[in-house]
Amino acid sequence: MSATHAPTHVSGLAAKRIVTGYGFWIFLLSDIIMFAAFFATYAVLQDATAGGPSGHDLFDLHNVAIETACLLASSFTCGVASIGAQARRAWLFHGAMLVTLILGGIFLALEIREFAGMVAQGAGPTRSAFLSAFFTLVGCHGLHVTAGLLWLLTMMAQVFAKGFRADIQRRILCFSLFWHALDIIWVALFSMVYLLGAGS
Amino acid sequence: MTLLGKLTWSAIPLDQPLPMIASAVVALAILGILGWVVASGRLPYLWREWITSVDHKRIGVMYVLLAMVMLLRGFSDAIMMRTQQALAFRAPGFLPPEHYDQIFSAHGTLMIFFVAMPFVIGLMNFVVPLQLGARDVAFPTLNSVGFWLTATGALLVNISLVVGEFARTGWLPYPPLSELAYSPGVGVDYYLWALEISGVGTLVSGVNLVTTILKIHAPGMTYLRMPMFCWTALASNLLIVAAFPILTATLAMLLLDRYLGFHFFTNTDGGNVMMFMNLIWAWGHPEVYILILPAFGVFSEVISTFSGKPLFGYRSMVAATMAICILAFMVWLHHFFTMGAGADVNAIFGIATMIIAVPTGVKVFNWLFTMYGGRIVYSVPMLWALGFMVTFTIGGMTGVLLAVPPADFVLHNSLFLVAHFHNVIIGGVLFGAFAGYTYWFPKAFGFRLHEGLGRAAFWFWIVGFYLAFMPLYVVGLMGMTRRMQQYDMPEWRPWLLLAAAGAAVILVGIVLQVVQLVVSISRRDELRDLTGDPWNGRSLEWATTSPPPAFNFAVLPTIEGEDTYWTTKQRARQQRQLADEPDYIDIEMPRNSPTGFICAFFATIMGFALIWHIWWMVIVAGVGAYATFVVFAWRDEDEYVIPANEVARLDRARRRSRTDALAAWDAVP
Repeated sequence: MSATHAPTHVSGLAAKRIVTGYGFWIFLLSDIIMFAAFFATYAVLQDATAGGPSGHDLFDLHNVAIETACLLASSFTCGVASIGAQARRAWLFHGAMLVTLILGGIFLALEIREFAGMVAQGAGPTRSAFLSAFFTLVGCHGLHVTAGLLWLLTMMAQVFAKGFRADIQRRILCFSLFWHALDIIWVALFSMVYLLGAGS
Repeated sequence: MTLLGKLTWSAIPLDQPLPMIASAVVALAILGILGWVVASGRLPYLWREWITSVDHKRIGVMYVLLAMVMLLRGFSDAIMMRTQQALAFRAPGFLPPEHYDQIFSAHGTLMIFFVAMPFVIGLMNFVVPLQLGARDVAFPTLNSVGFWLTATGALLVNISLVVGEFARTGWLPYPPLSELAYSPGVGVDYYLWALEISGVGTLVSGVNLVTTILKIHAPGMTYLRMPMFCWTALASNLLIVAAFPILTATLAMLLLDRYLGFHFFTNTDGGNVMMFMNLIWAWGHPEVYILILPAFGVFSEVISTFSGKPLFGYRSMVAATMAICILAFMVWLHHFFTMGAGADVNAIFGIATMIIAVPTGVKVFNWLFTMYGGRIVYSVPMLWALGFMVTFTIGGMTGVLLAVPPADFVLHNSLFLVAHFHNVIIGGVLFGAFAGYTYWFPKAFGFRLHEGLGRAAFWFWIVGFYLAFMPLYVVGLMGMTRRMQQYDMPEWRPWLLLAAAGAAVILVGIVLQVVQLVVSISRRDELRDLTGDPWNGRSLEWATTSPPPAFNFAVLPTIEGEDTYWTTKQRARQQRQLADEPDYIDIEMPRNSPTGFICAFFATIMGFALIWHIWWMVIVAGVGAYATFVVFAWRDEDEYVIPANEVARLDRARRRSRTDALAAWDAVP
C-alpha cells in the first residue's frame, strides 16, 4: 500500500481494524440474543419434566467443574495467542493456539460424554420438554465451540501459510472476541443451568 | 433409506393443472431470459458486473429487482385468494382447501420476507453509503453473501411450487398445527429452511449496515448531520440485529421438534405451544418496524425535497425514530391478547401499543409542517408520500383500536385485522418502497421513470387499495374470520365481490408499473438525467453523477451541517461557480468476488437436501460452503486501485455537467 493512496475505501475516519472489530461485536451481540432466546425457553421449560428426570437427578457438577476450568483456561491461552499475533511471534501464537485447541477439545469431549451418558440412561432430548431445552441450549454452545475450533485450525493454517498479514490479524482479533464471548455464555450457562439445576 | 431421501416422482403435482401451468410459465420465462443472456453474449457481463459485484449500489439494485419479481408472484397469490372468496359463496370455488391454504401461507411469507424486506434492504443498501459520503459499506463481500442468501430463500419457496408443497399453516407456522403430527408433509420444512437461510442473509446485512452507519462516513458527517433516511436505516438495522436471532432460534426449535422429536411446542411431554407465539412475536413485532421505519425515512427525504424545505423538526424526528426503535420491543404481546395472560398484562401491553402512536404522530405532523409554506412539486414520489399520509393514518387508527384488549377479543383473527395490517403495510411500507424506487431510480440508472405512467399507476394502486381493503374492515366487523376457503353468509358476498374488484384495479396499477419500466428503458435518452440532481435534492447522493462511479465520490466531501449538499449548491449559485477543483489521488476499491453466489449455491443445495432428508447431500453442501469461505480467506488481493488520472477524468466530466447546470440555473431570472 503506497502512501499516495487514499487510506482505504472506507474513508479516513476509522481504521479497518476498528471497523472490523466493531462489526464483529455487533454480530456477537446478535449471537448473544439468540442464546437469550434459548435461555428464556429453558427457563420456561425447566420444570416441564413430564415425569422424567430433572436437573437435580442428572447434573454432575464435578464434570461441569472440569469443563469450566478447561474453557476458562482456554480463554487465557487464547489471549496469549492474541499477544503472540500482535508481537508477530509465530511460535508463541501457534503454541498458545494449540493449547487452546486441546483445552477446547477436552471441553467438547466431556460435553459429548455427558450427553451420551444422559441418552444412555433414557434422558435424551426427546424424553421431555425440559430435556429438549437443556440439550438445545447446551448443545448450541457446544456447536459454537466446535465452529470455534474449526476456525482456530483455519487461523493457524492461515498464519502458517501467509504470516501475520493485516487482514489475518483482523481475523485473529475476531476469533479471539468469539472465543471470549463463548466463555461469557458458558458462565451464564454454568450458573443458570447447572448450579441452579443441580441444587433444586 | 434411499439415495434421495423422501424425494420421489410423486412430489411433482402432475395432477394439479394450476401449479403446473404457473411453474411452466415461470420456468419458460427464466429459460427464455437465460437463453437470451447467453445467446447475446451478455453472460460474462452479467457475471462480472452484477452476480459477483460487491458494489453496494449494484447489490441494492439486485435486492429491489428480487423484491419486484417476488411481488408479482405474491400478488398472483393475492388475486387467486380474492377470486376464490368472490366465487366460494355456498360453492367450492376453484381452489380446493389444501391448495388455498398453501396460497395464503405463501402469499404472506413471500410478501413479508421476499418483497417488503428485500425492497427496503435494497433501498438502504443503495442509498445509505451515498448519503453518508462513503465509498461502500463496511463489509462489501459480506453484503453480497447477504443478498444471495436472501435469494436462496426466495428460490426455495418457489421450488416448493413444483417439487412437493408449501406450508398450509399461515405465514407464521403456529404449532401444534405445524408440528409433524399435523403437518407431516414437506411444506412446513420448505418454509422453515427458506427462512433460516434468508434470515442469516438478513442478519448479515443488518450487521453490515449498522457498522456502516455508525463507523463509516465522510469527514464531518456527525450523527446529527445524517439525513433522516440514514437514521431510520440505523433504527431498522438495529432492530434486525436484535430481532432476527430470535426468529432463527424459534424456527430452529420447531425444526428440532419436527426432525428429531424434541418437545418444545408439542402437546405432549411438557411442550408449551404458547411459547412459540411469545417467541415468534418477540421477533414479529419488531419486524413490522424494521419494514416501516425505512419507509418513514423515504417519505422524510421525498417530502423535504419536493417541498423545497429542510425537514421540519429534524431532531424530534430522530428522537421519534429511536423511540419507535425501542418501543418496538415492548408490545409483542398484543398479537395474542386472547392467550389468557390476564387483564393486567393485557392492559400494560395495550397501553404500550397505544404509546407508539405518539412518536408516529410526531412524524406525521413533522411531515405536514415540512410541507406547510413550501413550494410543493407534485411529482410521483410525492404522490406516493401524500397517499401514504392519508392511508397510513387510517391504518394507524384501526391499529390503536385493535390495541384495546376488549375490542381485540372481538376482532382478532377476523378480516378486520387483515384489513388493518394491509392498510399499514401497503399504505406504509409498499407506498414508501414505490416512492423510494421512483425517487432514486434516476440516481441508479441515469434516467428518470416515465412520469405519466407513474401517476397512472399511483392512482390505480390507491383506488384499488381502498376498494380491496375497506370492504374487509366491514366483513371483519360482521364477523368474518380470516383464511376462509368458503362461506355461506349472503351479507358478506357484496363486500367480497367489491374486494375482488379492488384487487383487479391494483392489478392494472401493477401492469402500469411494468409498462412504465419498459417504456422508461426504451425512451431513456429523452428521460436522461445529465446533472445527477434531477429533483433539486438536498443530501449527498445528489452531489455525484447518475449513475455514480464505483467509488461514489472522487474526493470525500467535508460536511458542515444538515442538508449538506443543499448548502454547497446554494454557495455555488451565489458565487456563480463550483468550488475549486480538488487534488485527485488514487482510490482503492474492494475487488468483486463470487463468494456470495457460490455460498448461496451451496446453501440452496443444503436447504433442499434438508427438506427432503437427503443427508449425504447436506454434508457435501456444508463442506462446499466451508471450502468457499476458506478459498475466499486465502485470497491475496482484495482491493484494486483506480488511478488518480482516471478519477480526475470522471470527476471533471461531472464538474462540466454541474457547470452547465449552474449556467442554466443562472439564466432563469
